[in-house]
Amino acid sequence: MSVPALALDGVSARFGAFTAVRDVSLTVAAAEFVSVVGPTGCGKSTLLNMAAGLLAPGAGGVRVFGEPLAGLNRRAGYLFQAESLMPWRTALGNVMAGLSFRGASDAEARALATDWLRRVGLAAFGDRYPHQLSGGMRKRVSLAQVLVLDPDIILMDEPFSALDVQTRQLMENEVLQLWGAKKKAVLFITHDLDEAIALSDRVVILSAGPGSRVVGEFRIDLERPRDVAEVRTDPRFVELHKAIWDVLRDQVLAGYQQQLARAS
Amino acid sequence: MWRFLKPGRRTLRLWQLVVLVILFVAWHVLTAPGLLPNFLFSDDHQAAFFFGEPLKIFDRIDHWFFIDGDIYRHLGVTLLETVLAFGIGTALGLGTGLWLALSPFAAALLDPYIKAMNAMPRVILAPIFAVWFGLGVASKVALGVTLVFFVVFFNVYQGVKEVSPVILANARMLGASPRQLLRHVYLPSATSWVFSSLHTSVGLAFVGAVVGEYLGSSQGVGYLILQAEGSFDIDTVMAGILVLTVCALALDALVGRVESSLMKWQPQSGESERL
Repeated sequence: MSVPALALDGVSARFGAFTAVRDVSLTVAAAEFVSVVGPTGCGKSTLLNMAAGLLAPGAGGVRVFGEPLAGLNRRAGYLFQAESLMPWRTALGNVMAGLSFRGASDAEARALATDWLRRVGLAAFGDRYPHQLSGGMRKRVSLAQVLVLDPDIILMDEPFSALDVQTRQLMENEVLQLWGAKKKAVLFITHDLDEAIALSDRVVILSAGPGSRVVGEFRIDLERPRDVAEVRTDPRFVELHKAIWDVLRDQVLAGYQQQLARAS
Repeated sequence: MWRFLKPGRRTLRLWQLVVLVILFVAWHVLTAPGLLPNFLFSDDHQAAFFFGEPLKIFDRIDHWFFIDGDIYRHLGVTLLETVLAFGIGTALGLGTGLWLALSPFAAALLDPYIKAMNAMPRVILAPIFAVWFGLGVASKVALGVTLVFFVVFFNVYQGVKEVSPVILANARMLGASPRQLLRHVYLPSATSWVFSSLHTSVGLAFVGAVVGEYLGSSQGVGYLILQAEGSFDIDTVMAGILVLTVCALALDALVGRVESSLMKWQPQSGESERL
């Protein structure tokens, strides 16, 4: 195998006395779609922040295309879970932001951003401010904002968890379609196993925190292109789901027990 | 007829005007000599002496604006002081707020001094400013600046501290340099907080100008009021107060206009998401 696009080598992260993740190793090949699933509070976001360079690992290291990462990961785009658009910029202005930050001319940025807004189906909404858009539309603007920069690695942190089921399936299909057209390395964080299987080439399972580690890894050999709604009825999908859930369930229960113990 | 005058949202302005008219009529009836039998004062003219008479007040204002036309100079001075105090105070507050919010050590170092200066009753500085800057415009502007500065400063400081960490992280991931973060994230975020304090700070700039004039000056509306008060001319004092009130309302409306045109990215309360 060639050099992975993204490699976490035995990374650990501590916040005070709390160890969020311990000794996690994970690689994402170029053009590979990898999902990380795990119970709530298991440090999935922490993992992603380390991959983005927003958080320096306490131990271990991150390599990007073989190069050790220091500071921000310039080759990665990050789709956040929470609202991340600048409310004082229009949809178009938000998509243009990254390009202008990187020194593109205004005309150039405008042309590219307009094109990407069209690709995410928001051509007519370029002059709207985020508060004038629905939640799903805002997520699509965020997606365009990240993809317009053409990053080699895309990091996604439960990007669709706040959306309703229908919008979510639309967005998932859109992501698959965009990814299929231009294959990038994707690290996708989610707590939704269905979503993970439907989208990914590989699913990595994280144990319950604190001190989460990788407890399982499954290759998803479903055919592409996929439709996230249809693939769920595929017998192979059901099989994989059962196998992964067998591993995940223990972790979810363990995580729940810990939360109960902490509450009492 | 009543259908058109029925109290409701559409006729709100009209009814507000009615309240104003009622107030002035009541004022007139209660103060005009000889109109009502005495019930509080022993002399017919005492009510007028203490509270002024609306008709004489309007006559005074009429003289100021249209017959003698001698108020424009004073009003111009007062407004100039207000605008200068507001502009300088806002700029200083914005700059200092951004600086302290972005350098935690400086903020921690200066924290007790800023608290002390804010707690100090700053109107008392007016005599000192008069000594430092003379009796002209500068001393009033200085007083206004000390009032405006803290309002803007605290709002900007809070605004920068409360920039959404996600928006910040997102801008950094999109490739914003520290300067671009300041220009495209911190500043717009802080501006929204400045605007929320703008109504207060315009009012305070006005207060600074008038109080400064009142404490020692040779021109301005505050000076006119002080002069009239010296000769127990309540009508002129009241006329001055009315003029100042109308000016303050006009300034406030102007700020509202600027705010709604600059802050159109903010959801208006009650506005639904237009799709």
